[in-house]
Amino acid sequence: MLMSPIPIVEIQNVNHSFGSGRLRKQILFDISTTIQPGEVVIMTGPSGSGKTTLLTLIGALRATQDGSLKVLAQELRGASESKLVELRRNIGYIFQAHNLLNSLRAWQNVQMSLELHSDVSKQQSRAMAEEMLASVGLAEWVNQYPNELSGGQKQRVAIARALVSKPKLVLADEPTAALDKKSGRDVVEIMQRLAKQQGSAIVLVTHDNRILDVADRILHMEDGYLSSLDVAAL
Amino acid sequence: MFAIPLAWLQLKREKIRLLVALAGIGFAVILMFLQLGFQDALFDSAITFHRNIEGDIFLVSPQSTSLIAMKSFPERRLYQSLGFSGVKSISPIYIGFGIWKNPFWEGPPMPQTRSILVIGTVPGDNIFSLPGFRERQAQLRLSDVVLFDSASRAEFGPIPAKFEALQPGDMPIATEVENRRVEVGGIFQMGASFGADGNLITSDLNFRRIFSSREKNLIDIGVIQLEPGTDLQATLERFKQNLPGEFRVDPQKTPEQAKEDFVVGDVRVLSKAAFVAVEQNYWKESTAIGFIFTLGAAIGFVVGTVIVYQILYTDVADHLAEYATLKAMGYRNRYLLSVVFQEAIILSIMGFIPGYVLCIGLYSLTRNATALPIDMTLARSIVVLCLTVLMCSISGAIAVRKVQQADPADIF
Repeated sequence: MLMSPIPIVEIQNVNHSFGSGRLRKQILFDISTTIQPGEVVIMTGPSGSGKTTLLTLIGALRATQDGSLKVLAQELRGASESKLVELRRNIGYIFQAHNLLNSLRAWQNVQMSLELHSDVSKQQSRAMAEEMLASVGLAEWVNQYPNELSGGQKQRVAIARALVSKPKLVLADEPTAALDKKSGRDVVEIMQRLAKQQGSAIVLVTHDNRILDVADRILHMEDGYLSSLDVAAL
Repeated sequence: MFAIPLAWLQLKREKIRLLVALAGIGFAVILMFLQLGFQDALFDSAITFHRNIEGDIFLVSPQSTSLIAMKSFPERRLYQSLGFSGVKSISPIYIGFGIWKNPFWEGPPMPQTRSILVIGTVPGDNIFSLPGFRERQAQLRLSDVVLFDSASRAEFGPIPAKFEALQPGDMPIATEVENRRVEVGGIFQMGASFGADGNLITSDLNFRRIFSSREKNLIDIGVIQLEPGTDLQATLERFKQNLPGEFRVDPQKTPEQAKEDFVVGDVRVLSKAAFVAVEQNYWKESTAIGFIFTLGAAIGFVVGTVIVYQILYTDVADHLAEYATLKAMGYRNRYLLSVVFQEAIILSIMGFIPGYVLCIGLYSLTRNATALPIDMTLARSIVVLCLTVLMCSISGAIAVRKVQQADPADIF
C-alpha cells in the first residue's frame, strides 16, 4: 500500500463569520477538504457563496476563526501574524485585477516576488525573472511598464510573478474575468502547464465554465457549503 | 538591501508630482534659509565693530545696553586701570549718532540727511583692525577730518566712488555732520548694521568738536590691551579688587559668565568675549528681531511639512492596492513603511539642492541691496538640511498611517 503524501492544504470543519453581535453573518459552514501536491482544483459557485473568503483563509490573508486549516503543514488557526507573513511568501497569488506595480517594469514586478527569498542573488533573480517572463511568452516585453501592456499580457506578468519563486501552492481568484475568450484560455493554459512543470498545486476560483476542463477536481460552493463535483460527469 | 529601489522608482514615475513636491520643498528650504540668514546677518552686523577692536578688557557704563544706546562714564576709571599690573595700554572710544548731509544730493532743494554712527578714537592708538583703516589713520590727526565706511548704505551719497576718483590737487569731499563742516580724509570698511546705516571714524578732538555739547572727561568705551602672556582671569580679578565702588553681578549669570562680566561702582568690566556677547544678546533677547526671524523659519518648516505630507499621502493612497498586493505576497509592514520614509528622505535631499542654489543667489542679492554681511555658511546649510530631513520625516510619519490600511484580504 502506498503512503499518501502530506497534503498541501488540509481543511477540517472550518466555519467563518463576518461582523459581530446582531450583524454577525456566517459565510462558511463546516468546510472540509484536502488538496494534494500538484493537484489543479477549480472552485465554482455563485457570487457571494464564500469562495473568495475560503481562498483568503487558505492564503493566510485572514485569521482562521474555527476549525483547523493546515497549509504547507503549518496550522493557521491561532498562528502569529509573522508566521502568516512567512507562509504567504511560499504561496503564489494571481488576482482578478492584475495588481502589478505601475512604477516597475515587467521584470522588476516579477523580481519583487524573488526579493522575499534571501537565497537568490540579485543577478540570479533578474535572470530568473526574465526567463519566467519568456516562459509566459513575454520575452519581448520584459522592459515594459504595466500600462504599456494589454490585459492578457498583464495577467501573464502576474502569473510569472506568482510562479517565479516556485511556490508549492498557487491561488488564483477569477484570473480570466477581465480577459476575452482567447487570452483567458491562454492564461489558464500557461498557468496549468507551468504549475505541472513545477509540481505546484493550484486552487482557482472562477465563474468561467470554458476553462473547467483544466481541472483535476472541481469543488462547488453554494451558500457557504462545499460539495465536490465529478470531473468526468461534465 | 533590496535590488529594486521601489521608493525612487515610484517617485520617478510621477514626474509632475515629483516636480511639484520639489518646488514646494525648495520653497520651504528658501524660506528657512532666508529667515535664518537674515537673523545671522543682523547678529553678525551688530558685532562687526566689537570684533574689530583689538582689546582684551573693555569698560562700559552699567547703563549701556548696546552700541546704539551707549551711556558715558568718567574717563578716570580707564586711567586708573593703567596702574594695574599686566595692563599694556589703554584707549578711550567715543560713540555718538550725528546727522550726516549727503554732499552729492541733487534732488529737491533740501538737503538729504541721515543719522550716522560717529566713532571717536585717539589717532595714535592702534585699536581697530578694520580693512583700510590703518592706511588712513594718519589723516585723523588733521582737524575736522573723518574716515568714511565704504560699506555704509547708499543714502549717504556715493562717497567711496567719488573718493577713489579724486585726483591729486582736487578739492577734498566736504560735507556736514551735526552742522559742522568736515572733510572725508579716507575710507575704511565695516558695514551697516540694523542699528546704524553708516559709520564714520574720527579723532577724539574732532569728535568733541562735532558733538560740542558733550561733557568733557566722559567716554563711552574703554579699551584695555594686556601685556602678552598675561592671565586674563587674574587681571579681571585685580579690576574687581581695585576699582572704586561696590561690586555687583547680574544674578542671572552663571559663575563662569560673572567672572568676565561684572560691575564695579560706575563701570561694567567685560572680557572681549563678554563684550561681543552683550551686544549680540541685546539684539537676540531684548528686541523682537530674533523672535520674528525664528517664527519666519518655523513657518517655512510647517509649510514644508504640510506640502510633503500632501504629496506622500496622495502617493500612498494611489498605491494602496499595490501595497496590499505586496503584503499578500509576504512583504512586511516594515518594508512598506521604509518605502514611504525613503520617499520622504529622497524628497528632502532633492528639494534641498535647488533651494540651496537659489539661496546663494538671493543672499548675494540681499548683500548688494542692504550692505548686510549675509553669506551661505556651512553651519547654516547643515542646520537647514537637518530641518528639511526632519520636516520630511515628520510628514512621512503622518503619511505612513495610511499604509497600515492596506489590507491584503480586500484585494481578492
